[in-house]
Order: sequence, then C-alpha cells, then structure tokens
Amino acid sequence: MLKELYRAALVTAAAACFAITSLASFSVSAKGVYQSGADFFAEVFAQQQAESKILWLTPEIRTQAAAIVGHPVRGLRIRYHQSDKKTAWILEEIGKEMPITIGVVVEEDVIQLVKILAYRESRGGEVRYPAYTAQYKGAALQEDYQLNRNIDGITGATLSMWAVNKVAALALYYHAVVNQSSATHQP
Amino acid sequence: MKKQLLAMIIGLNITAVAQAATPSMEEMWQMIQQQQGEIATLKQQLRKNDARIQETEVIAEATISAVEQISMAPSASSKTTFGGYGELHYNSLDRDDSSASKDEMDFHRFVMFTGHQFSDRVRFFSELEVEHSVAGDDQPGEVELEQAYIEWDLASQHSAKAGLFLLPIGIINETHEPNTFYGTERNNVEKNIIPATWWEGGAAIKGEISEGLSYDAAIHSGLFLDAGEYKPRDGRQKVGKARADDFAFTGRLKYTAIPGLEIAASVQVQQDIRQGEGEAIGGTLFETHVAWQRDDFQLRALYARWDFDSAINNIAVGADEQTGFYIEPSYRISDKIGLFARYSEYDNLAGSATNTAVEQVDIGLNYWLHPNVVFKIDYQNQDTPTETGYDGFNMGVGYSF
Repeated sequence: MLKELYRAALVTAAAACFAITSLASFSVSAKGVYQSGADFFAEVFAQQQAESKILWLTPEIRTQAAAIVGHPVRGLRIRYHQSDKKTAWILEEIGKEMPITIGVVVEEDVIQLVKILAYRESRGGEVRYPAYTAQYKGAALQEDYQLNRNIDGITGATLSMWAVNKVAALALYYHAVVNQSSATHQP
Repeated sequence: MKKQLLAMIIGLNITAVAQAATPSMEEMWQMIQQQQGEIATLKQQLRKNDARIQETEVIAEATISAVEQISMAPSASSKTTFGGYGELHYNSLDRDDSSASKDEMDFHRFVMFTGHQFSDRVRFFSELEVEHSVAGDDQPGEVELEQAYIEWDLASQHSAKAGLFLLPIGIINETHEPNTFYGTERNNVEKNIIPATWWEGGAAIKGEISEGLSYDAAIHSGLFLDAGEYKPRDGRQKVGKARADDFAFTGRLKYTAIPGLEIAASVQVQQDIRQGEGEAIGGTLFETHVAWQRDDFQLRALYARWDFDSAINNIAVGADEQTGFYIEPSYRISDKIGLFARYSEYDNLAGSATNTAVEQVDIGLNYWLHPNVVFKIDYQNQDTPTETGYDGFNMGVGYSF
C-alpha cells in the first residue's frame, strides 16, 4: 500500500512539474534566438559609420566557399556591413540538423568577434558561450583556407563546433574577397 | 587670259556658295527651335529610361528575393532529417589460457536516424539500429529501437521529452558515433557497469541553470534482472513490453563553462530491479567523468559504481557492489591521425572478498579519412584472475552523417 502511494506521489509530482513548466513556457520567446541581425550590426558599428553592402556569389566565389564549408552554398548574394577595413557578416551553417546563425566581425583579415545569434539544435548549445567563441578572436585563414589555430572543443558538441569553424573561415574568405576584388555591389 | 577668266569664275562660285551656307537670322531661329524640340524629346526619353532602369532594378530585386526565398526557405522535406552511423569490426583475439580465440568480422552496428521538426518548439528524433548485421531466430543480431521521443521547449533554456531515450549517464551513452571516440570497440567500463548503450522509456527534462551548468532529470522504466542474473547489462529491457512495476530515476549535473572541459556526475535510483518478483532489490548508480581537451591533447576519465541491496548477494556473492573506471589520454598528431592509450578496470562482483576485477590496456590509433569517416586499429591486453581475458588486435571502419 505504501509502495502504491509512493509511486502515485512520484507520478503526480512529475506530471505537476511538466504542467507548470509547460504553462510557463507560453510566455517566453522562441528557443535560442539571442540577438537579431540588425542589433548585431548596430552593436558592432556603434562607433562607426558602416555601409550595407552585397557580395554577389560569382562562380569562383561559390566554388571556393563550397570547398570551405564542405557543401554548396545557398543563395545568390551575401549582405554584409563594412566600415573602412572592418566587415561584419551574418552566416548560417547546420550543426547536426538545424541551422546555427553566427555573426562574425573581421578586420585586417583577422577575426575580431564571433557571436552565436541563434542556436536551434537540441544539444551542443555550449558553443554560444563567450568563453568558447573568444577562442576565435585573432584567428586568420591559412593557405588551405582553414583557421590558423586550434579551437578547444566541447564533448558532445563536435558538429556544432565544426559549424562555427566553417563559418569563421568562410567569413575570413569573404572579407578577403571584398577587400581585394570588385565583386561587391552597392544595393 | 584664259587662266584669269577661270580664276574669276571659281572665285565667284566660292562667294556664292559661302553666301548660300550662312543661314539667315530667321533660319537660325528655326534651327534653334528645332534643336530645342529635339533636346526636349531626348530629355523625355532619358526620363523614361531612368524610370525603366529603376523599374528593372525593382524587378531584379524582386526576382532575386523570390529565387532566394524559394532556394533557401525550409521546405516540408527539410523539416524531416535523416542521418546515421555504422561500424565494421574485425577482432583477432586469443584467450589467456589458450582455450579459445576470437577471429571475427562483424558489421557491429548499422544505425539510421530520423527526425522531424513539427514546429520551432516541438520535434521528434529516432534511432533505429541493426546490430550484428543479421537479425532473426538463431541469428546473431537484433533490430533495436534505441531512441524515439518527442522533445519540446519549455523555455529558452529548458526542454522536456517523452518517449524512448538514451539515459544521461557517462561519456559514450549519448554520443557514440564511431568517429567521436577512440578504440574499435567501446570501452568495457561503460559497457559492463553503466551499461551503455542504455535507453529506457519515460519522460525527462533538461536545461541550463547558469552558463555552463546544465541539468537532466528523468523518470523512466527500470532494470529487470531475471532469476540468476546480477549484471546491470543483463537487466536492460530495451523497452520491449518492459516490466514497469517499479520505475527508476536519473539525474545529471554537467559543467562545461570552460572550453574543452566537461565535468559531469550522474545518479540513478532503481526502486526494484526484480520488478516485484521475489525479494525487492533496490540499487543506486553513481557515475562521474571528466573530458578535457587542450590543443591536440585529450584526456577522458570515468568512474562508475553500483550499490545494490545486499539481497542481490543471494544471486551472486559480491554483486552488491559493482564498480569500474578508466583513464584515456590521447594525442592528435594531425587532423587525420590520433593516438590513444586506455587503462580500464571493472568488476561486477566488487563486493566479494576475492579478486574478480577485469583489467584491460588498449593502445591504438584512429585515422580520419574525413571528419566523419574513421579507420581504427588497436591492441588490447585483458587480464582476469581466472585467465579468461582476451588479448589481440581490433580493427574497424566507421562513419556518421
């Protein structure tokens, strides 16, 4: 009898816990959207006058970008912001199943900032911690289009870490393109 | 005389032509009027062209946007995801007492993942596995449903799930794609003590308490040890018409605030691993581990311990305490090659006075043909007090996507 009561109490407690948290969830925002793109650009260029620009993905750029991320890149163009030699990019890459939205700031061919703007995967969200993303500051592209430094990973978040690595390398490549070629176009 | 006459005629003609080429004021006025008209017409055409250019830009922008929306918007099919992993193993092992050997080729696991995103907040995930290639009566393998659950977000950092899921214990129980760990075979401690891979049916919540500190809590079906059985691995019911007279509870705290470092501890309480048959036997599992990566160096260490009610000693003396640990340093020589060594020890009868521990040393390497494709080779030296340990080589190839 005591055992039955004990089990009933446990199941009731678990159900109550779920009900309360489920009801509470209706008032909160969607999972994992930490900053909008507009706010990211505003924060990055708070002290500077930045221009909104477009990088058109020509066949050459598309080929190299695909080699960096390991799959064909989608879309026809990439919007970015630029002030002098500083560019800011918002790019997406799938970790395991869902796209991770990542903001990257590059100046003088070196990463100044990586910030996770939206994370939608069920596991591996530790990549959004500033302690993790700080590892990318100062990273540059090697000749083989890989980052020139090791990034200490997170157990169980390998795919998310790879996604951030790819986006960091891609932003460095795009930055090099817009600062050396005429592939840009004023919107 | 003739020459003078000719020159006079030419001069008269030139003067006449010159007088004829110079327009009068009236003619000039008409010409100006005509040119003004042409300028007005050209201006009008220019304005039209400007308007057309602007219109073309709008059309181009609308077309590009539409193409991007079509090519980049998530389609119904992209809401359903597919993946998988698999591993082929070759074992060439000899028993210490020379009474047996194991030379075996085995497609150990072929796994398919299927997931579906119902909405931003609600998703489904599943894992279906064929073990040992062939399943059926008198066949070595099994077809197993290892995961099938609905997960929904309760808040931005908290979610719940219900269904059949992997328990949050140890390092490889939840993440065991072959390209993520060293060694052809999974380590013996998590296999025989925890026991990985371990899934149960029930409900769970997980989330973050603060940055880098997360929790898991689950209520789920429990182990069922039939008469004569005492090892947790034998008690996995795999959620197939599982006895659910008594539930079990699992909780985990995990610290990941420092890049490259994971420290976690799990506790599980089993109310009765006999599920109401005979004398009740409760049990508690404690597991803790650390995984630390610094540049090319990595260290994994894990300790696990079961404490069962002493009634289990009626089945096997010393089974009330079952423990194990391993330590595994590894070094990545390059992006492609990593070396590892592992010392492990486990004992399913640790409560007995006699030595019943199984010790094993593994050394080997992984070669990543691609980040998701790995070849493995390792040597194992296993020692048991009864000379029943197996020594030899293991090789394998694995993939995940």
